[in-house]
Amino acid sequence: MPRISVNVDGTAFTDEVEPRLLLVHYLRDRLGKTGTNIGCDTSNCGACTVVMDGLSVKSCTVLAVQADGSDVTTIEGLADDGRWHPLQKAFHTEHALQCGYCTPGMIMASVGLLADNPDPSDEEVREGLEGNLCRCTGYQNIVKAVRTAAAEMHEGATR
Amino acid sequence: MTDVAERSEANVGRVLHRKEDAKLVTGQSTWTDDIQLPGMLHIGVLRSPMAHARLARVDVAPALEQPGVVAAYSGADLADEWVMGLPCAWPVTEDMVAPDHWPVATDEVRFAGDTVAVVVARDRFSAADALEHVDVDYEPLEPVVDMEEALRDEVLVHSEHGTNKCFVWPLETGDVDAAFSGADVVVKRRYIQQRLIPNAIEPRAVVVDPTTASGEYTLYSATQVPHFVRIQMALVLGIPEHRLRVVAPDVGGGFGSKLNVYAEEAIALAVARRLGRPVKWTETRSENYQATIHGRDQIQDIEIAASSDGVLRGLRIDLKADMGAYLQLLTPGIPLLGAFMYCGIYKMDAYSFTCTGVFTDKTPTDAYRGAGRPEATFAIERIMDDLAAELGVDPMELRRRNWIQHSEFPYDTVAGLTYDTGNYEAATDRAMELFGYDELRAEQARRRESGDRVQLGIGISTYTEMCGLAPSRVLGSLRYGAGGWEAATVRLLPTGKVEVVTGISPHGQGHETGFSQIAADALGVDFDDVDILHGDTRVAPTGLDTYGSRSLAVGGVAVHKAAERLIDKMRRFAAHELEAAEDDIEFDRGTFRVRGDPDSSTTIQDLSLSVFTAHDLPEGVDPSTAAEYVFDPENFSFPHGTHLCAVEVDTDTGAVHVRNYTCVDDCGTIVNPQLVEGQIHGGITQGMAQALWEEAIYDELGNLTTGTIVDYYVPGAPDVPHFTTDTTQTPATTNPLGVKGVGEAGTIASTPAVVNAVLDAVRHLGVDDIRMPCSPERVWRAVHDAGQQTGQDLSDDTAGGRL
Ligand code: FES
Ligand code: FES
Repeated sequence: MPRISVNVDGTAFTDEVEPRLLLVHYLRDRLGKTGTNIGCDTSNCGACTVVMDGLSVKSCTVLAVQADGSDVTTIEGLADDGRWHPLQKAFHTEHALQCGYCTPGMIMASVGLLADNPDPSDEEVREGLEGNLCRCTGYQNIVKAVRTAAAEMHEGATR
Repeated sequence: MTDVAERSEANVGRVLHRKEDAKLVTGQSTWTDDIQLPGMLHIGVLRSPMAHARLARVDVAPALEQPGVVAAYSGADLADEWVMGLPCAWPVTEDMVAPDHWPVATDEVRFAGDTVAVVVARDRFSAADALEHVDVDYEPLEPVVDMEEALRDEVLVHSEHGTNKCFVWPLETGDVDAAFSGADVVVKRRYIQQRLIPNAIEPRAVVVDPTTASGEYTLYSATQVPHFVRIQMALVLGIPEHRLRVVAPDVGGGFGSKLNVYAEEAIALAVARRLGRPVKWTETRSENYQATIHGRDQIQDIEIAASSDGVLRGLRIDLKADMGAYLQLLTPGIPLLGAFMYCGIYKMDAYSFTCTGVFTDKTPTDAYRGAGRPEATFAIERIMDDLAAELGVDPMELRRRNWIQHSEFPYDTVAGLTYDTGNYEAATDRAMELFGYDELRAEQARRRESGDRVQLGIGISTYTEMCGLAPSRVLGSLRYGAGGWEAATVRLLPTGKVEVVTGISPHGQGHETGFSQIAADALGVDFDDVDILHGDTRVAPTGLDTYGSRSLAVGGVAVHKAAERLIDKMRRFAAHELEAAEDDIEFDRGTFRVRGDPDSSTTIQDLSLSVFTAHDLPEGVDPSTAAEYVFDPENFSFPHGTHLCAVEVDTDTGAVHVRNYTCVDDCGTIVNPQLVEGQIHGGITQGMAQALWEEAIYDELGNLTTGTIVDYYVPGAPDVPHFTTDTTQTPATTNPLGVKGVGEAGTIASTPAVVNAVLDAVRHLGVDDIRMPCSPERVWRAVHDAGQQTGQDLSDDTAGGRL
C-alpha cells in the first residue's frame, strides 16, 4: 500500500492507504476529522470541500495518495487559536446556515473564493459557490455572509 | 447573578444569533455517520434493479466469502426478526388497502430500490463490494408506473389485494351541484404535481449499539422523529419500548424525508441483535433517491364555478395521489392534509373533494415540505389566475373580491376549518407596494404591445396554510394513529441555570435559540442561561417530534406553559421564604416580590438554590424546581401571506428568468425575525425548484431515470434570485404566544407564484398551461404550439391579445 505524508490542520500525518481511498474518507475514517461531510456520491454537493495547498477542492474528488506532500485545511483547522475566521463569524451573524450540514464545505469553498477574489459582488459569490448545494437557506444569507466576511477581511488587511 | 437591568428587554421578537451555530461552523457537530463505536460493523443493502419481479432465488453465500464480510442475509433469513411489517400510522379509511411491507423483501420486489439482501462487513467498502456477489434470480413481472393505468387494475402492484386502489376519501359540503349549475362561469383544469425528491443534504444514516445481555438497544438515526421511531421499532422488532433508546444526533435537514420509520432502522436493529455488535448503515445520495421517500406526485382535476362578477360559488377536486409501492408512515394521509386547503383564503358556497390513493411500482411517497398543502395551494392559486383570465379581470382584483375580509374573522371555511385570524389586505398591500405591482404591470403592457421577444409575467399567490399539527381530537377524527400534543419540561438547576426539555426534534430550524428566547422571557433569566435538550428518548422521553410547522406553534407554546407552571410552583416557595401569602407574591422578570413591600424580594435563582437545599420548605411541598406541560392545541394555526413573482420569459428560447420575488408573510407573533427570514428563504427556494427545475422521472419500466443528483436538478446559488421579504404580524388567537409557524410557508406559497408568473408572461400568446417544472423546453413548446394553433407568427408584432 502506498505511503503518504500529509499535513492536516497543522498536524503532520504519515499513513499507508489503499490506492482507491478518497481524501474525504481518509480525513473522516482514518484521522477522525468528521467536520468534513459527505453529501453525495457524484461530486456535486460540495459538502466535502477542504482547502488543499491554498485551493478549495472537493475532497471526494481527490484520492488520498494525490494529497501526498500537501497541506490540507479542513473546517476544523480554520479558526486561529480558537478565534473564528471572519467567514465563520459571518455565517453565524448573517444566519447563513440552518441544519449546518453544507456549512463546512460552504465555508471552505468561500475561503477559496475570497482568496481568488477578495471583493466579490453578489453575482460573483453565487457563481463562485455554484458547486456547493444547500437545501436549507435559499443561499441569500450565504451570499450576504461571504460579502460581510470579505469586508471584514479587507478591513483587517488594510488596517 | 443576572442583573435585572440587563434583561429588561424582552428576548421574544428580537434577532438573537443562533446558539446552534458554534459547533456547526467549526466542524464539531455529531452527525449519525460520525459516530464510531468499538467493533462496529457496516451494513450494505442490496436493492432491486427491477421495478417489479419475483425473487426466485436470493443466495448470499458467495458474498459471505468476500474479504471483510461478517454476515449476509436474505429477506427469508431475517423474516423471524419481525413481529410485524413496517407500519403505516395513518389508515385513512376503514377499508384502506395496506399491503405487507417487510424491511427486506422475501418473495417479490415492487420498486427499483426495494430491499433484497443485507451484507455486514468490517468496513463500508467491503460491504459495498460484497453486495455485488449476492446471487439473485429476478423473474421479471410487469410493472405499472402510471397512476391512471394503475387504476385500470390490469397490472397489479400487490396481486394478493386484487386492486391498485388504496383508498377513496371524500369530503363534501354545501350544495355543489347547485353552485355549479347556477354559475355563469366554470373553469376546469388538470394540474400535474410532479414527483419530487426531498434531498436533505445529510443522507440518512443509522447506528445501533446493542447490549444483548440485558436486551437493551440504542438506535442513533438521522431522523426528525425519534419518538415515532422508538414506538414503531419496538413494535416491529418486539423490543420492549423501555429497552429501546432512540437518539437523533445532529440532523442535517429533513423536509419530511426524515419524518418516517424506515427499513434500514429495522435492519440495523435486527443485525445488531443477531450479532451482538454495533452496526452502522449510511445511505449514498443515489441510494437516497430510491430508498428515501419522495414527495407530491398527484393528478389534480379541479373545477371552479363563479358568477359573472367574479364571485366564487363552488369548487370541485378530483385528486389522484400516487402512494408508490408501499405505504410508509403517513403516505395515505398526505394528500388529505390538502383536503381542507383547496378553498385557500376564499369564501364560497360549496365544496367537494375526493382523493383516490393509488399504488404504483415506484418509491413510496410521503411528507415533503408542506405535505398536501402545497399541492392544494398550487391548484387554487393557479385556477384563480385561470379564472381571472377567463373573466378578463386583474387576478389580484379577483382575489380581493373573494377573500375573507379582516373583519370577518374568526371564519368557518367551506372545507370545515375555523380560521382564527388573518389580515390578507394588510399583507397584500404591503407586498404590492414593495414589489412595485403597478409599475411592473405597466412594463408588461409595453412589452406586450411592442411584441418584445422577452415578455414579462407577474404571478400571485395569496396563500394560507394550516399548521401547528395538531389538535388531537381532529387527528382522531381523521383516523391518524397518534395525537398532536407536545411536551415540555422546564427545570431550574441549583445554580440558577435552566434546562428546557422538549419533545420537538429540531434539524436545522433553530429551535434551541427560539425556545430559549421564550423560556428566558417567561422565567426572567438570561437567554444564555437556558439550554434546550431534545432528540434523545432518554433525555426527552415524551414528545411527538418535528414536522408540519408544529414545533413553535405546539412545542414552543408547551415551553411557555411549562415555564408559567414552574413560576406558579416557585411562587409557593417565595411566599414561604418571604413570609407572605401566596396571593401577595408578584413575579416580574425573574424576581418575586411581596406586593406593596418592594424591599421584600428574592430572585428565581436564589430561590432555586434554597429549594435545592430543602432546609426550610413549606409544609407538604416537595422540593421540585421542575414543571412539565403537555400542550394540545385547540385549533390549527393559519399563517398566510402574499407572494409576488415577476419573471422574464424569452419567447425564442423558453428561458425563464426570475426578476423579482417579493413576499410578505404573516406567521403571527415573531419570536426571532432572523429565523423567520431563513425559513422563508429556504422555503421559497424549494417551492421555486418545483416550479422551474425539479422532477423525478421514471421510464415505463419503472427505472428512476433521474437517479442521481447529476440528473435531478437541485438548484445552486446562481439559479436562485434575491428575495425581498417582509412580514405582518396578526397574532394567532388560539395560543398564548400568538405564534402560527413558518416552516412550510415559503414552499407552499412560491410554486404557484412562479408558475402563475410564467403563464402570465405568455398567456396573451394563447398559452394556458405549462407543466412543472417549467423548463425552457416546455415553455418554448407551449409558446410554439400556441402560435401554430392560432396561426400566429411569434415574431409578428400584432400577435397576442387577451384570451
Ligand atoms: S461529497 Fe464531495 S461533492 Fe458531494
Ligand atoms: S444549512 Fe442545511 S444544507 Fe445548508
